[in-house]
Amino acid sequence: MFTLKGNRLPAADVKNIIFFVRPRLELMDIIAENVLSEDRRGPTRDFHILFVPRRSLLCEQRLKDLGVLGSFIHREEYSLDLIPFDGDLLSMESEGAFKECYLEGDQTSLYHAAKGLMTLQALYGTIPQIFGKGECARQVANMMIRMKREFTGSQNSIFPVFDNLLLLDRNVDLLTPLATQLTYEGLIDEIYGIQNSYVKLPPEKFAPKKQGDGGKDLPTEAKKLQLNSAEELYAEIRDKNFNAVGSVLSKKAKIISAAFEERHNAKTVGEIKQFVSQLPHMQAARGSLANHTSIAELIKDVTTSEDFFDKLTVEQEFMSGIDTDKVNNYIEDCIAQKHSLIKVLRLVCLQSVCNSGLKQKVLDYYKREILQTYGYEHILTLHNLEKAGLLKPQTGGRNNYPTIRKTLRLWMDDVNEQNPTDISYVYSGYAPLSVRLAQLLSRPGWRSIEEVLRILPGPHFEERQPLPTGLQKKRQPGENRVTLIFFLGGVTFAEIAALRFLSQLEDGGTEYVIATTKLMNGTSWIEALMEKPF
Amino acid sequence: MNRTKGDEEEYWNSSKFKAFTFDDEDDELSQLKESKRAVNSLRDFVDDDDDDDLERVSWSGEPVGSISWSIKETAGNSGSSHEGREQLKSRNSFSSYAQLPKPTSTYSLSSFFRGRTRPGSFQSLSDALSDTPAKSYAPELGRPKGEYRDYSNDWSPSDTVRRLRKGKVCSLERFRSLQDKLQLLEEAVSMHDGNVITAVLIFLKRTLSKEILFRELEVRQVALRHLIHFLKEIGDQKLLLDLFRFLDRTEELALSHYREHLNIQDPDKRKEFLKTCIGLPFSAEDSAHIQDHYTLLERQIIIEANDRHLESAGQTEIFRKHPRKASILNMPLVTTLFYSCFYHYTEAEGTFSSPVNLKKTFKIPDKQYVLTALAARAKLRAWNDVDALFTTKNWLGYTKKRAPIGFHRVVEILHKNNAPVQTCRDLKDRQQLLAYRSKVDKGSAEEEKIDALLSSSQIRWKN
Repeated sequence: MFTLKGNRLPAADVKNIIFFVRPRLELMDIIAENVLSEDRRGPTRDFHILFVPRRSLLCEQRLKDLGVLGSFIHREEYSLDLIPFDGDLLSMESEGAFKECYLEGDQTSLYHAAKGLMTLQALYGTIPQIFGKGECARQVANMMIRMKREFTGSQNSIFPVFDNLLLLDRNVDLLTPLATQLTYEGLIDEIYGIQNSYVKLPPEKFAPKKQGDGGKDLPTEAKKLQLNSAEELYAEIRDKNFNAVGSVLSKKAKIISAAFEERHNAKTVGEIKQFVSQLPHMQAARGSLANHTSIAELIKDVTTSEDFFDKLTVEQEFMSGIDTDKVNNYIEDCIAQKHSLIKVLRLVCLQSVCNSGLKQKVLDYYKREILQTYGYEHILTLHNLEKAGLLKPQTGGRNNYPTIRKTLRLWMDDVNEQNPTDISYVYSGYAPLSVRLAQLLSRPGWRSIEEVLRILPGPHFEERQPLPTGLQKKRQPGENRVTLIFFLGGVTFAEIAALRFLSQLEDGGTEYVIATTKLMNGTSWIEALMEKPF
Repeated sequence: MNRTKGDEEEYWNSSKFKAFTFDDEDDELSQLKESKRAVNSLRDFVDDDDDDDLERVSWSGEPVGSISWSIKETAGNSGSSHEGREQLKSRNSFSSYAQLPKPTSTYSLSSFFRGRTRPGSFQSLSDALSDTPAKSYAPELGRPKGEYRDYSNDWSPSDTVRRLRKGKVCSLERFRSLQDKLQLLEEAVSMHDGNVITAVLIFLKRTLSKEILFRELEVRQVALRHLIHFLKEIGDQKLLLDLFRFLDRTEELALSHYREHLNIQDPDKRKEFLKTCIGLPFSAEDSAHIQDHYTLLERQIIIEANDRHLESAGQTEIFRKHPRKASILNMPLVTTLFYSCFYHYTEAEGTFSSPVNLKKTFKIPDKQYVLTALAARAKLRAWNDVDALFTTKNWLGYTKKRAPIGFHRVVEILHKNNAPVQTCRDLKDRQQLLAYRSKVDKGSAEEEKIDALLSSSQIRWKN
């Protein structure tokens, strides 16, 4: 399998070439280039194209405009809606979903979400209860019910694995992705960006230390690492607050050292044999430890920097409701020093969300500074941010955020980063609003927060899907319910960590499986909302 | 090319990326018999046909041995001699999804999607939807009901739309009356399927006048949004703007028009285009910004031409000492100001490239101006100019006694440019020196120097 690239196709002795792509117009241009650059002298090859998850009229039209449509013998679709990223995590990896749903009113990704959910139900049983909050959630639920009605096949006789489905619109909680994540995995994503469970890191810290090596073989290519729960150590530290990772790593180091020292105690042949058989595992563990120690060092360089501290301070001030109504000095400084535009946008949006919109004077001031420093063309991006509700003028002169914050206990002063007792540890004080809603739904239920729910955008609802009598199950006392929580518009690693935290609580009562349209962070999110040339 | 199965396996399993192998024996999913059965019995989501069982399909998607398959063969579509090809057999429980949809004739949605074996014979999108006479496939006796019905013309809008979604035969031309067309649209919208809605909108766009189309869509929000998205995707800027004008969505009209400038590379053409944006119904604030954008580019073009000329003439010292690394075109305002303070600091207000002119034209606030000028002069190590900036009456409007807010920014700039400690001493500015001291590395030579100065009794500090 080769990655799609421009110009000519890589040489390969094959007759058939299959393009396996998402239906994006830009990719059609690349494919056309590939097809048109085919070497006429070589043997003719057959082209096929597989769209994931659906064909697109517009893409095929583009191929036609570029004169290559007829070159494809087969144009099909491969309905891959939800992709498993881990045992409890599924994603559609649809980058455009948030913009399409919330800015353009295009519900195609919601349609795919509904289809993905129908597939899940076919495999794991009809989900008896559906809860939702938000316009898009309502649409998805409607589509699911309608699809079930049209499904004339035999009744699904699978014992339901999921007790509940919770559909949440991203715009119910615009705050969380804007804040800097503070879990280990969250920070890796914030600083380096995790793509499809892989991260690319600066290679210097990963060069193997060989004796007598004068450093002439220092690798120049980025170090690529795969990050998922198959790696024992990673599974243990990924969801911890970064400040708690160091102690885990040093404990691990001691254990591994001790294990290697055991070789001195192995006297009999049998004991030596046993030691040797465990070597691969120990070596893997040591390699894993070395990698994560290096990564932790890289992250620490960032988190101990003055700027990181200043930025975090401002974020936490906003989230705890301090000074959200005036122009912020740190943000002004960032603009003056021309820090990354996305960094600035995240901060001003955070301030706006924590203030239910900025006073017109403050908003105009920020906008002018941004346009004069980064360019007038960013008027378009600012307009998108306003449309998304991220950076807008305050209407009605009322700030609802303090009510929401207090009722849902979003800001917790006494956070324990080492041994957390509450989900607020993932942001060292701020409890993700979305996860708090899930938590409260489970216990004591949303009736207790009716007032807050009415302030948050979009309808909230509950639907029941009837099960055949044999399949209805009463949970045993002490047995956890399983809730599938679907974020429509994206989810961050910090929120995933918070949900996993809830899952493993002693008497939490609910275990969570997480699905989303896209795994994202504040940076990739804002970037998707920026206007670029066609 | 006929590879044996064994060769195929070896080929796939020896590829660079060892990901999913179709013959994964240990796949635990293949053991979920119950689930497998459920998935295999799914209908509507897998583009299945009226046929009940999973059938063997040839590579072209026809069920082997079916009437339509034989028709295609008879019709001489010899390009599809796919006998030699291996069937895509997958043994995992998602096999229903890998099943290929049935092929159809030329009139359906899928005719856009269906591969033509004769390159270049593909009709245009609109042609495909039109009512061209059918190839004469003589209806044979004993054809399955489903196939026969493909060629009749009495599908209701909802059935039409459902068939469109499955990629089946469907002529939209028979929806002649406006009411029929609107009903078709309504059905498409309720299906939530983007491709179907797009197909119907293409049809309506072609067969309805602009005014009627706009009028009808005005009250159909979902379809309207879809049309806007579609027009943006295909870049039909003209129709999009007409639509916004009709809907009186003035601000969107303005922004959409302005957005085009990103695609114009030539600076003069872009400047002319920006001129057309002035006076469009932006908000008051945005109107000012758009005007500034135009004015700025206009100035930049003049400055760029002039400076390029000076640079190549080689007579101007500043350009010789500090050759320009990039053009000033399309740079933001503050960057342009910095450039101007760097290369044209001493020019009088009359020239386009003078900093003072920029300040006046764009109403740049004092604070911003001074900080930018400071950064530029510090970079050039023009300490006299730095000095002058500090001692002007306009210096941040603060008295010399109190350290002004934002002063740390001054320190940042000086520190970044390694302002000699002398400067601070010369300015007799102890506050600044103290602030500066906090920035230098501990134990450095600079710190020592600073300490020495601070403790010197000879200097009469002003603060």
